[in-house]
Amino acid sequence: MEPVFDSKAAPKEAVVRPMVPEIFRVEKYRKETHDTYTLELKSASGTGEHRFKAGQFNMLYKFGVGEAAISISGDPSLPNPLIHTIRTVGSVTKAMSKLKVGDTIGVRGPFGSCWPVQEAVGNDVVIIAGGIGLAPLRPVIYQVLAERRKYGKVFLFYGTRTPDDLLYRGELEKWRARFDMEVLVTVDRASSDWHGNVGVVTTLLKKLVLDSDNTVAMICGPEIMMRFVAMDLIKKEMTLDRIYVSMERNMKCGIGLCGHCQYGPTFICKDGPVYTYDQVIELLARREI
Amino acid sequence: MLEPVVEIEQQVTFKQEQLQTLFTVLQKRDYQLVGPTIRDGAIAYDELNSTADLPVGWTDEQDAGRYRLASRKDAAYFGYVVGPHSWKKFLYPPVLSLWKANLQKGEVVVAPEAAEAPKYALIGVRSCELHAIAIQDKIFLQGEYTDPVYKARREKAFIVAVNCVTTGGTCFCVSMKTGPKATCGFDLALTEVIDGQRHYFVAESGSVLGAEVLAEITKQQATAEEQQDAKDLMEKAAKKMGRQLDTTGIYELLYRNVECARWENVAGRCLTCTNCTMVCPTCFCMTVVDTTDLTGQNAERTRHWDSCFTLDFSYIHGGSIRNSPKSRYRQWMTHKLAAWQDQFGTSGCVGCGRCITWCPVGIDITEEARAIRAGDKSDKATMAIKEH
Ligand SMILES: Cc1cc2nc3c(=O)[nH]c(=O)nc-3n(C[C@H](O)[C@H](O)[C@H](O)COP(=O)(O)OP(=O)(O)OC[C@H]3O[C@@H](n4cnc5c(N)ncnc54)[C@H](O)[C@@H]3O)c2cc1C
Ligand code: SF4
Ligand code: SF4
Ligand code: FES
Repeated sequence: MEPVFDSKAAPKEAVVRPMVPEIFRVEKYRKETHDTYTLELKSASGTGEHRFKAGQFNMLYKFGVGEAAISISGDPSLPNPLIHTIRTVGSVTKAMSKLKVGDTIGVRGPFGSCWPVQEAVGNDVVIIAGGIGLAPLRPVIYQVLAERRKYGKVFLFYGTRTPDDLLYRGELEKWRARFDMEVLVTVDRASSDWHGNVGVVTTLLKKLVLDSDNTVAMICGPEIMMRFVAMDLIKKEMTLDRIYVSMERNMKCGIGLCGHCQYGPTFICKDGPVYTYDQVIELLARREI
Repeated sequence: MLEPVVEIEQQVTFKQEQLQTLFTVLQKRDYQLVGPTIRDGAIAYDELNSTADLPVGWTDEQDAGRYRLASRKDAAYFGYVVGPHSWKKFLYPPVLSLWKANLQKGEVVVAPEAAEAPKYALIGVRSCELHAIAIQDKIFLQGEYTDPVYKARREKAFIVAVNCVTTGGTCFCVSMKTGPKATCGFDLALTEVIDGQRHYFVAESGSVLGAEVLAEITKQQATAEEQQDAKDLMEKAAKKMGRQLDTTGIYELLYRNVECARWENVAGRCLTCTNCTMVCPTCFCMTVVDTTDLTGQNAERTRHWDSCFTLDFSYIHGGSIRNSPKSRYRQWMTHKLAAWQDQFGTSGCVGCGRCITWCPVGIDITEEARAIRAGDKSDKATMAIKEH
């Protein structure tokens, strides 16, 4: 008995074996902070375009150890090399931290939904990141700055635990020096040699005046941080469909088949990771979903 | 619910001895027969060589948390309901090597596993199971990404359905509109009739291939009386469902009851043993395991069935998202009866009753749904009181 196919949902034949990684080579390795590093990867076979959209992720495979879902943090207009910024938290991310230039790594992807970079054209853009959450948002910053005239005001609010956890310090300085972008950084705690803001990222939003009907907000960080930030933006009269967040769950396949990343009615690997806030507000309010 | 694909042409009959002819015809066409056979005190699905491997004269008695084989007074081949196995075992293997990789001069070389898909003839597929296969087709074949292993096995499979004339204590296919009669999704459908001294099958084909195979066994038209006998048996079975599940507004009911006292209640009984998900014919979750050999030169990734009832399932650094058994049972049941509809446009439950039978503490999805509904009503009642 042959299965009946639904012609409307023709299976994607281009990705024949999406569970098999393609081999890439580490071109550059940069230590960002005490626990975070950036890998620049080039396909070992030298083929393929590896185009991606801001917000998408790859499944990176360390030989013999395992896979981890890691956002692409480079510029979508320069997809080669592929750039990933990774924080060491467990076995795979630790093993990857020991990679050296020339070593090989497996890549599957890109997977998932993307940030509304196109939809935001003509609007003010508010980017709010917590910790490693800046990595998946960096492609947005690159794209917005590349076509700066198409957007209204651009804000970046960034919070980390301590000054030592700040990612992309050189770039942060460059962005901060621009007149067409407002960059505010805060840390949860700091020693006396820190002259910047101290406090959670929401403290940065206090003075923010929004043109709520003409603003798009993109938030990435711990769930609790995203909730509080979104609540503040809603108080500033932003509608839920203008607020975007990126969600995280255990992932084993990245292609909607393993079931691990389910989030309410959705799969984060294919319906997310980027969601509009109206899709997740109910779910975020519940524990253990 | 499945819609019929092929007009069922006509019904033919063959004597019970000719079942072996069907087996032989399929074997000659290079099919590996798989179907019901007795293993470890239960009717399991495994490889079959001849009709002697079938559970002739056996039946199963089932209730919540209870399964027992019993002998029948007759020599029925298919006089049982369903056991702990489902056909996903063949189409979606429990453990599968996805690829192997090795280090050659320090370089990783990945080789996808490219085993030839076995050509199975599934013997004795129940109507609810046909629906379960149709649901897994949606998952594995109709999304953006497909599962090549499932696809290859599925396309090759020949399906011999058997209509249910015996129903189990935990069955509720009538509620789920998935049985007891096989209406489509098969190559052949048989009804086994035992009427005093006569023991025969009424058969119909559901595909061109099925018709070809059937023609090699019999051309004997079923008489009106034989057809009526088969029909009566199924109608009788439909009236004897062991369980019922009221599906009215079940989708809204579950989403509305994310927070309800019943989850705590069921969590107090659930052992999070994963049995319900392993025996369920539609559950599809899997995990991947990466291993290396002792030399460190060879790595392999295997895929394994997984369950939303484990702590690891939802683990992210810092801890599991679904830490409490309550949240895991809620995830499973809400997925089955509500989220599945969002994801695949169908219920995730076909009413086979396996999760009820094989739950060591007898947790019953129909009972839980009833309790949630009862609580929901009282909520509405309290709300109504408050409003006044
Ligand atoms: C869409 C998405 C994008 C991500 N982007 C980045 C990024 O750009 N940079 C970055 O450093 N991290 C990112 N993460 C988190 C990263 O996937 C985890 O930190 C990583 O999987 C941890 O693996 P481990 O083996 O080192 O940790 P362990 O704690 O040893 O993990 C064991 C297993 O648990 C699972 N797991 C653990 N933590 C997570 C997690 N946070 N999310 C999902 N699964 C997890 C994995 O399956 C892993 O194999 C992202 C996660 C998702 C879902
Ligand atoms: S949830 Fe239970 S009754 Fe429903 S299909 Fe799965 S095992 Fe059968
Ligand atoms: S419901 Fe029953 S079978 Fe399922 S995990 Fe709980 S105890 Fe096990
Ligand atoms: S990661 Fe497997 S379903 Fe999303």
